[in-house]
Amino acid sequence: MRLTVNGQTREVTVVHDDTPLLWVLRDHLALVGTKFGCGIAQCGACTVHLDGVPVFSCSVPAAAAEGREVTTIEGLGGPDGRLHPLQQAWIDYDVAQCGYCQTGQIMRAAALLEQNPNPSEDDINQAMAPNLCRCGTYNRIRQAIASVAGGADEA
Amino acid sequence: MRPDDASDVPAAIVKLDRRTFLKLTGLAGGGLILGVAVGCSREQPDPANARLDASGARIFAPNAYVQISADGIVIYAATPEIGQGVKTSLPMIVAEELDVDWDDVQVVQAAIDADRYERQSAGGSRSIPANWLPLRQAGAVARQMLMAAAALRWEVDVAEVETRHGMVVHPATGRQLSYQELAATAAELPVPDPDDVPLKDPSEFRLLGTRVGGVDNAPLVTGEPLFGIDKQLPDLLYATYVKCPASGGTVRSANVETVRALPGVVDAFVLAGNGNPAELSAGVAIVAQDTWSAFKARRSLQVEWDESKAAKDSWSAAQARAQALAAGEGETVVVDNGDVSEAFAGAHRKISGFYEYAFVSHAQMEPQNATAWWHDDTLDVWAPTQSPQRAQGAVASLLGLDDDQVQMHQMRAGGGFGRRAVNDPVMEAAAIARRLTRPVKLTWMREDDMAHDFYRAGGFHALEGALDTQGHLIGWRNHFISFSHDGRNPVIGGGIRGNIDPGPFVPNYRITQTLLPWQTPCGPWRAPGSNVIAFAHQSFLHELSSAAGRDHVEFLLELLGEPRWLEEGNRNALHTGRAAGVIRRAAEAAGWGRDLPEGHGLGLAFYFSHAGHIAEAAEVSVDDDRRLVVHRVTAAVDVGPIVNLSGAENQVQGSVVDGLSTLLGQQVTFENGRAQQSNFHQYPLLRMPRAPRVDVHFIESDFEPTGLGEPALPPLAPAVGNAVFAATGERMRRLPVSVDGWT
Repeated sequence: MRLTVNGQTREVTVVHDDTPLLWVLRDHLALVGTKFGCGIAQCGACTVHLDGVPVFSCSVPAAAAEGREVTTIEGLGGPDGRLHPLQQAWIDYDVAQCGYCQTGQIMRAAALLEQNPNPSEDDINQAMAPNLCRCGTYNRIRQAIASVAGGADEA
Repeated sequence: MRPDDASDVPAAIVKLDRRTFLKLTGLAGGGLILGVAVGCSREQPDPANARLDASGARIFAPNAYVQISADGIVIYAATPEIGQGVKTSLPMIVAEELDVDWDDVQVVQAAIDADRYERQSAGGSRSIPANWLPLRQAGAVARQMLMAAAALRWEVDVAEVETRHGMVVHPATGRQLSYQELAATAAELPVPDPDDVPLKDPSEFRLLGTRVGGVDNAPLVTGEPLFGIDKQLPDLLYATYVKCPASGGTVRSANVETVRALPGVVDAFVLAGNGNPAELSAGVAIVAQDTWSAFKARRSLQVEWDESKAAKDSWSAAQARAQALAAGEGETVVVDNGDVSEAFAGAHRKISGFYEYAFVSHAQMEPQNATAWWHDDTLDVWAPTQSPQRAQGAVASLLGLDDDQVQMHQMRAGGGFGRRAVNDPVMEAAAIARRLTRPVKLTWMREDDMAHDFYRAGGFHALEGALDTQGHLIGWRNHFISFSHDGRNPVIGGGIRGNIDPGPFVPNYRITQTLLPWQTPCGPWRAPGSNVIAFAHQSFLHELSSAAGRDHVEFLLELLGEPRWLEEGNRNALHTGRAAGVIRRAAEAAGWGRDLPEGHGLGLAFYFSHAGHIAEAAEVSVDDDRRLVVHRVTAAVDVGPIVNLSGAENQVQGSVVDGLSTLLGQQVTFENGRAQQSNFHQYPLLRMPRAPRVDVHFIESDFEPTGLGEPALPPLAPAVGNAVFAATGERMRRLPVSVDGWT
């Protein structure tokens, strides 16, 4: 199958037609920033953008992504290696504990800001609800998003 | 560094006599002993000390933590990073005493090597206290030797030099040399006994106590491979491992021939296991070209399990049994202080409460995994484990290899919470790899994780309390019902100590215990024991203060009494002054006693665990549908001086969220030995809209720092329960509270 991932065309040969996008990214394209968490669209660790819309890549067949733009955490920043403002905010606010869910969180947050550059705290809460953080870094995720959105620096 | 710098070193330097060395290193005059210890890794130069850098100069590596050359300043992080922040905080301790700027330090994950590092494990909130002195000394030894090297080069007394931002300076002449310029000279010097090297006075700390971001933050936010599950190798195969849904079941037969023929499957085979669920349970391994092919092949796998020795555990049966037993005394007496019968006979007021909590899973976000490769009579293993040193010996023993045929490689762990103290996934990957010639990555499905955990044990507390006419607590009885694998010892986290809070403060205090049989594995879960005993005891204390019509803060402070250590000479014991300090701070910061909005309640609880003194206050409201909203949690924490303020605050905020998440809806129930929940749709983790704001206040008391991965969790559940009582008059006595209709 032919996928467009982070602006590049990639040819992939998979065993099963129903292989989820997650496993094509991780096992076949070595893009392991997209994480496996639950496999049933419950935790958001696998969040990527499909034509700019956040999706659970564990539950989207890779075949369904053909002809569409897939963006992963590896392609969120600029092509010159420049970080996305949210990636920088995640560093500045020292958001991560274990860090495992954070790439999915950033992808979810990036989609939110694309759609709503000035979200309220409630907007942030609702938009981020699909993504779990077992370490409980929600206070800092809110701060980091709000800082990029130019909103209040409130947890 | 110039290549010829090494030639500046007089040849005699390596033959320094003791007197000369003491003079050079500034250690004379204090009756100090020069000990170049033999056989002790921390006091012996690292093997790297004998190596040369690219320019041919010797690398300065006076111990296993510091390595300085023209290439830079490296500090080794030896302890597994599982989200508790030790890859940052522990090297900070070295950097402080080394006196270098943090931005100039490169932190490198150390090899797993029991000869070089005494303790490479994460657990018990022990990383900070266990490493505090050794890491300060590691930095100080290196700094002292660099000063000696500069003094030698300048032919001045070492007492005339000092350090500043990674430079040795000679204020009298204004000369200065960077540590990197001095490395080759320092590498020639003998290493002093760490106990002889002066440490900084804490008032001189520049780095410790500040906010430092995690050293892996940049690779984390760009998705670089850091975690165990991210491991990639050429020709890598992908495996899944299917075990009996009831612990202890073995494989009678399996259609491995059929599975082997499935698309993408490379091999499928039965492993008999060794009968120990902490090592290798029996199961069927499926090895495939990619993870999805392995997972998908499970749908075609048919296994007939032999469950003759498998767990038959039932949570509902255990609940019924505990309720039947609750009114009586336990089988064994844990503690019996004073005369409880007399205290209750003469009490003005007696109350009772039956507390219960279910089993829970760890549910760390990174599913269990390990990668292993058998090649050249050696097994390389990459794993996100909390106990890599233990894994090495266990894997070797399982496979009949020598220890040195197994090399563990530490990977970042996507959460641990105690689960990765047990290395069953590592053993499985090793056993699978031993049958293959290519490297293999074993990945557990989330369903495997929830079905095969080492669970936080459930339990029951039948509590009774006695008050006198003035509302003083004069008697306490607890019949604690928990579980045992062997009929004698409680499961991990299922024991109780006689001096548990409030035991030391109640004149008549009796705990008895009954152990119910239980086969399904139990293990350490963030603050084992404390995470549930705090809920029962600290909630019941509030029942008592409420029954007495007294202010809870005042009640707690009165119980604690005069400031003192509860165990003379034990600095890891509870100190009543530190306890009172955090209770007062949390109450003050939360606005204890203020008028609250209609329907709101404020609750407070204190708990002492892992040498940490922590009080938390929760402000809650509850609507008509019993929907609980936690608006804000205020934590006051005394774990001594803070190492990394950012990391410490994060741990407390996370512990509060974890505690609330677990309180609200998490439970794993068992029937016929099978976990009844399989994934996050049945095991809800707290989501952002319900995460309260968490304010953290540190009291940096003048004691040695202790760990913070665990102790901020236990006070949360009773704080919320007490707040709900304040708001509604209803008492939460069962966890998760969803079983009683709270949402």
